[in-house]
Amino acid sequence: MSRIAEFLFRRRGGAGWHWTDVFTWFWLIGGLIVMFGPALWLVNSSFKTPAALAEFPPTVLPYVTAEAIVEGYEEPLQLFEVRNDDGSVRVLAEVRRLGTVAQMVDPANPGEIIRVNIRNRTPKRSIAFALDNYVQPFLAFDFFLYLRNSVFVTVVATLITLLTNSMAAFALSKYNFRGRSAVMMLIVATLMVPLSVILVPLYSVISAMGLFNSLWGVILPTVATPTGVFMLRQYMLTIPDELIEAARMDKASEWQIYWRIILPLTAPALAVLAIFSVVWRWNDFLWPLIVLSRKEVYTLQVGLNTYAGELNVQWHYILAMTVVTMIPVVLVFIFLQRFITTGIAGSGLK
Amino acid sequence: MGDVRNGIATRAGAMLLAPVGWLANVFDAPLRMLQRRTGSNGMAVFFLAPNMLVFGIFVLFPLVINILYSMTGGGALFLGDRTFVGADQYGRLFSCGSYLDPKSCTEDLFWIAVWNTLTFVVLQVAMMVAVALVTALVLNRELRARSFWRAVFFFPVLLSPVVVGLIWRWILQRQGLLNLMVFEAGGTPVNWLVERNWAFAATIMVSVWAHVGFYALILLAGLQAIPKDLYEAAEMDGTRPMRVFWRITLPLLAPNLLVVLVLTLIRAVQIFDEVYVLTGGGPGTSTLFLTQYIYEVGFASLLRNPGLASAASILMGAVLVVLTLIQLGIARRNEQRGKTR
Repeated sequence: MSRIAEFLFRRRGGAGWHWTDVFTWFWLIGGLIVMFGPALWLVNSSFKTPAALAEFPPTVLPYVTAEAIVEGYEEPLQLFEVRNDDGSVRVLAEVRRLGTVAQMVDPANPGEIIRVNIRNRTPKRSIAFALDNYVQPFLAFDFFLYLRNSVFVTVVATLITLLTNSMAAFALSKYNFRGRSAVMMLIVATLMVPLSVILVPLYSVISAMGLFNSLWGVILPTVATPTGVFMLRQYMLTIPDELIEAARMDKASEWQIYWRIILPLTAPALAVLAIFSVVWRWNDFLWPLIVLSRKEVYTLQVGLNTYAGELNVQWHYILAMTVVTMIPVVLVFIFLQRFITTGIAGSGLK
Repeated sequence: MGDVRNGIATRAGAMLLAPVGWLANVFDAPLRMLQRRTGSNGMAVFFLAPNMLVFGIFVLFPLVINILYSMTGGGALFLGDRTFVGADQYGRLFSCGSYLDPKSCTEDLFWIAVWNTLTFVVLQVAMMVAVALVTALVLNRELRARSFWRAVFFFPVLLSPVVVGLIWRWILQRQGLLNLMVFEAGGTPVNWLVERNWAFAATIMVSVWAHVGFYALILLAGLQAIPKDLYEAAEMDGTRPMRVFWRITLPLLAPNLLVVLVLTLIRAVQIFDEVYVLTGGGPGTSTLFLTQYIYEVGFASLLRNPGLASAASILMGAVLVVLTLIQLGIARRNEQRGKTR
């Protein structure tokens, strides 16, 4: 036994295990379970039927109980495996249950009621993924609409953010004009003004513009991100001014310089901002919650919250739709996580 | 940013720009005419305009009229229709028998929210910084597949607050995964989100879970910036690891720790989304925090009072401004120290 332990915990170089090594692996493995576990459990649960979800203790795999339509009964009856006194097993359907005695019938011979002690029977179950959880919210509820709204907000807001932020960053990095430092100060100051501080007046501005219950009311206030302007400006400062001078010699207009020279050279920073913006806008909650009060304009986040806040939470639908809401962000995580982590480590913004 | 400059990013950027490429030519003729009037340097104003317009309308203007809002009363939405009440809204927020006892206050919910937020901030920030530091230290060791482990801790950062709230509601519910574990371990299941103290603890745990990867990343960057030769020198002197940590790692990480501390503080004061989805401020008012108070007084409750919400938001804003100024001060000092080093 100790040999095996020695083998398992042997370290390269054979220096033996310092307590910090043990702790490191405890922290990493623990982190793996704690960080991914909850989301995986949610995905796992989203494939279960309402009946399976109500079960305690819950099973790992999604089971459904088998049912059969029996002659003489309107509703489908649940099937059980019943152990007979002689040890043989047969499948019966339950008609009703009275205390510890179940009244059952043989589906092949529905005339005769058989009384069975409930200790002698187990539900007949099979593994089945409840894909209905994913289909129904799109067909019977408005989730398709919410999904479309979310995609619209995310795509449009990101495009406008990239355009306005890069234009502003270009002006702030490549031109000398009066008031430039004042503008920079103003943008720095915005960092101090989170949404929660200007909720009421911003709401009145949006209402006055007739943007209440409009997706544009969600999009517009978010596009002038100070972090985006900063990030792009820092990047553009590294582009040599000689390029611009040369272009001016060749009679390029300022707009062409911006569009043809600066923007392509800023592509890496733009890509990082685009990733950030997509995640930000997809995840936005408080502001859409305030601006959108009609179901037709809900985004996924607001719609999910509304359904989850109802008195009778239909968890099987909520879980499936939460998974759908997670998908874009998980894709970003899998394919683009590296850009984000290096972006944050480099600039400390989120 | 330098290592981001690579093939995929450039291609992604190019793909984003390609379909709208023709716009450049469409806009070019009128903009050339504009440029003839303004001169090359004058075009700066044109480039700044869209961003500053949005910024002015949706940030600056609301910020200014927020102060006016907080001095008006009634339920009307537009400033013109509202009656001027001076400092009455602030007076209402602060009229209190004893600030320690929210029940003695006119706006008892405000003070409940203030004390809840304060408790939350102290506990959550302490826990966040501690867990982020340990995670960063672990990730800074010689690991195989470090970027994988870094990603593990970063994963929840990208999830939306609504998703985070729902994931944990599902786990903490009466018949959830956590109670299954308690049950398997032989304990009695607890109704985590219905018992006041457990619900409060849950808000802290969940918000740490959701954001710790972000702060761990900042600290990790700080750790990796510590010169390696310091550690080599310490090893040659045979310094014990704990002493190395206290004498080298911690002092050199201090600037980053301070940044993380202030950033966590700023975020914790504004906590809303995850908690709103997880507990809805309940049970009762035990997880009612300031932003939710502002939201409910301003928008959600039947007795809406935008002026009061506005006054409360300005008080919260004042706290945040102080915290942000401290943050900017630290950032500047770090920058200068970096230059002299």
